Amino acid sequence: MQAAVIHILALTTILRERLMPIPGRVVVRLAQKVAATDVIAEAEFTREHVLLDVAGILGISSADAERRVRCKPGEQLMKNTVVAQGGGIFPKAIRVPHAGRVVAVGGGQVLLAVDESNFELHAGLPGLVNQIIPDRGAVIQAFGALIQGVWGNGHIGAGLMLCLAENPGYVLAPNHLDVSMRGSVILAGPCRDAKVLHTLAELPARGLILSSISPDLIPLALQMRYPIMITDGFGQQPMNSSAFKILSTNTKREVALNAEPYERYGSTRPEVVIPLPVSQEPPISHAMETLEPGQQVRLRLDPHACQISTLVGLIPGLTTLPNGLRVSAAEVRLETGEQLIVPLVNLEVVG
Amino acid sequence: MSDPTSLFETASLLAVDIGASTTRAILFEVVEGQYRLIAMGQSPTTSEMPIRDIGEGARQAIENLQSILGRPLLDAEQQLIIPTQPDGAGIDAVVATISTGPVVRTVVAGLLSSVSLESAQRLSETICSSIVETLSLKDHRKPEEQIDSIIRVHPDLIIIAGGTDGGASRSIKKMVEVIGLACYLMPKDKRPVVLFAGNHNLEKEVRAALEPLSSSFHVSPNIRPSLEVEDLEPSRKELARIFLEIRKRQIGGVEEVSQLSGDLIMPPAFGLGRMIRLLSQMYKPGKSILAADVGASAVTIAAGFDDKMALNVYPYLGLGENLPGMLRFTSLDDIARWMPVDISKDFIQNYLYQKSLHPTSIPDTKEDLMIEQSLARQALRLAFAAAGKSYPTEICFPGVHLRPMHDFIYAGGSVITNAPTFGQSLLLLLDGLQPAGITTIILDRNNLLPILGAAADFNKTLPVQVIESGAFVNLAMVVSPVSNTRYGTVILRARLIYADGKVVKSEVKHGGLVILPLAAGQTAQLGLHPIHQADVGFGSGRAGKINVTGGALGVVIDARGRPLELPIDAQRRRELIKKWHWIIGG
Repeated sequence: MQAAVIHILALTTILRERLMPIPGRVVVRLAQKVAATDVIAEAEFTREHVLLDVAGILGISSADAERRVRCKPGEQLMKNTVVAQGGGIFPKAIRVPHAGRVVAVGGGQVLLAVDESNFELHAGLPGLVNQIIPDRGAVIQAFGALIQGVWGNGHIGAGLMLCLAENPGYVLAPNHLDVSMRGSVILAGPCRDAKVLHTLAELPARGLILSSISPDLIPLALQMRYPIMITDGFGQQPMNSSAFKILSTNTKREVALNAEPYERYGSTRPEVVIPLPVSQEPPISHAMETLEPGQQVRLRLDPHACQISTLVGLIPGLTTLPNGLRVSAAEVRLETGEQLIVPLVNLEVVG
Repeated sequence: MSDPTSLFETASLLAVDIGASTTRAILFEVVEGQYRLIAMGQSPTTSEMPIRDIGEGARQAIENLQSILGRPLLDAEQQLIIPTQPDGAGIDAVVATISTGPVVRTVVAGLLSSVSLESAQRLSETICSSIVETLSLKDHRKPEEQIDSIIRVHPDLIIIAGGTDGGASRSIKKMVEVIGLACYLMPKDKRPVVLFAGNHNLEKEVRAALEPLSSSFHVSPNIRPSLEVEDLEPSRKELARIFLEIRKRQIGGVEEVSQLSGDLIMPPAFGLGRMIRLLSQMYKPGKSILAADVGASAVTIAAGFDDKMALNVYPYLGLGENLPGMLRFTSLDDIARWMPVDISKDFIQNYLYQKSLHPTSIPDTKEDLMIEQSLARQALRLAFAAAGKSYPTEICFPGVHLRPMHDFIYAGGSVITNAPTFGQSLLLLLDGLQPAGITTIILDRNNLLPILGAAADFNKTLPVQVIESGAFVNLAMVVSPVSNTRYGTVILRARLIYADGKVVKSEVKHGGLVILPLAAGQTAQLGLHPIHQADVGFGSGRAGKINVTGGALGVVIDARGRPLELPIDAQRRRELIKKWHWIIGG
């Protein structure tokens, strides 16, 4: 059986396609070196429009109104510019309430884009531009450690990583934080205190990597302006030992934290990249693997959620679990040496 | 030369069901003149990262099926062998259902909120969709605010209803103008599909305005041809087609599966609805049928009343990735109250969120299974209550806060069908649906109904023969009296007369749960004598006799009360739930 792979790798080649949701301009060139927070493409988009109903305001027919409109699509207008004028001795003038760009004219109406913003696409990881995707983005290549997470709050950041966790289950508390951590990416175990998130915002920190978070803190985590990535899940789970080992041994290194949300049907997943020097390109890890004895797997649900174990073997046919369910199962050995039987679908390959 | 008609009637059929977590390949063939389910292979669905192509999961499920069958269905190039070869390799036809994929983000527009807008909302509920914006006459925002709002929500679909045929046109044109401008401002590859199901006199104008500005434009007959009449049926069909079109844009491999099946591919809810219609025709007139499916992507409720049907899909109640969304409609307390043991709300909340990260995962412990079944109970309760609003107006409800009586309930979804015992499945359904009157509860053990609905396009006799072949489990005939008396009062005397003349009598108290033994398939006569004006389905206080057929759990009298009210005291409640489990064999 095939199983999804979660990448927790000490050294690998990472290729990431970074695309804007709307067409725009790519601002990097092939083979250019980029940092995680560098803008690689940008596009203009409008937050707000104004619709001027010339016919309605002047009380005339649409055809008549169309003749009186003085602007064309694409034109930039200053505030109070007259876009149409009525007839008579004291003609009524229709002025634009805000500066903006005319996006459509027709049917006696004028549509203006009045609040145009720039959408900026960040590289998300430090590396080289491997491929340009015209109008949409680029593919970035990097070498280093890669740790994928299960949840992210949508932000991207980079900084020196500080490990505050003495062990994978070390609960992050407000008193663990001080001003010396300003500008750092903080690594810790579970978090269940809103004060931690607020304190990090005040420092400010450049990012937060946690093993797990209380579901009650999700709305607050989404409000934070710095990236927050969860490696293992919701609740009180300690960090899986593989991720903890890689992250904690790379403390005080520059890391890139892309905490984009996990889009199941899209192409983004939260991840940490630690750029490392290489003498030759390390292999790219597969996204799917066939379950085989000897593989490292992570357990998805309780009672051993997020624990790394070794796949001992697949059990033929269906197995009855202690709760009575009959499922396809496998035998796994935890790092403590304990052997368990778990449903196959509760395993993901680490690689 | 073989007769093409008889060939068609005996053709083998491969049904591929691409669910949110599992893809199944199911083979139906004729055995001794009747269609039978021969074997089923399954594999995880591959619509998500990193593969994002349902073809891979479908191929694995078919490979799994061919290894069970011991004969090839795929050739050396991994292509399906069609038609069946003289050596038995291959199959003759393919049908498919697909439920995997993100919820379809839908904007609904109508004139009056209690008329066309409500109908458009009901129509959108027949697919796995979420309403992200509404426009109606009651909406007093400026047109530009409506435009910006539509752009902001990135809709996949816009449904426009409103205006009786030959009725209002000006307001609809204004709404169409707003929608047109919003579509115009979206990038071309992000424009939504538009379905117009309003005043048919405006079809040409609406088409001219929106066809060039939408990713595709569809028209269906007016869902509200007059103020009094709602007709969703033709639009439902069109919307099912649109759903697949959207899925083709969202997920790789849908186009290939569609081609492979010769376009015999549909959303499972549509297939389920079709089967409910077919079953309504199979049973005697006046019988009503309910189908409830609790899946990872959604809960689907389909109810058939002779020629009328209500179909509702609730993605926010699915037991997969949308699980945290359920908490917008219910509380952790409401979920926890179904537990026979004390499990903290924090634990339930963590489970719910963790499960949403791994929707394909299976509860590994007794506690996790209890949580999953409690979630299913609550999801069924919410879904059934919401679905009642779209029942045909002439359907009678037996009382305030009560559900209409259904003669048959078909239940699907792995949380129900894979429960360790039939007792757990039945109790989950009784708690979740709380049927009133006399109901036969049937377990769709292999979750076949939606796929049989799709197969009906290929061969109309296949679904009927498969249903009659024993692929479904008759769980029990359940009698659920409705009574206002105090708990503990005798409300029903039941008398079961077996074929050999033996008689079993039972006095049932309000609050009781009783099983009358009757072996599966055996028939008997059940006499029901309500006391204190209890209603068992014959009318208040009226007695009657019915012929019953035993199910896996015999005949069950569920007198626990309608609506079922659980004790507030946690300890008492848990003891009572344990007792019910013990009685029913959970």
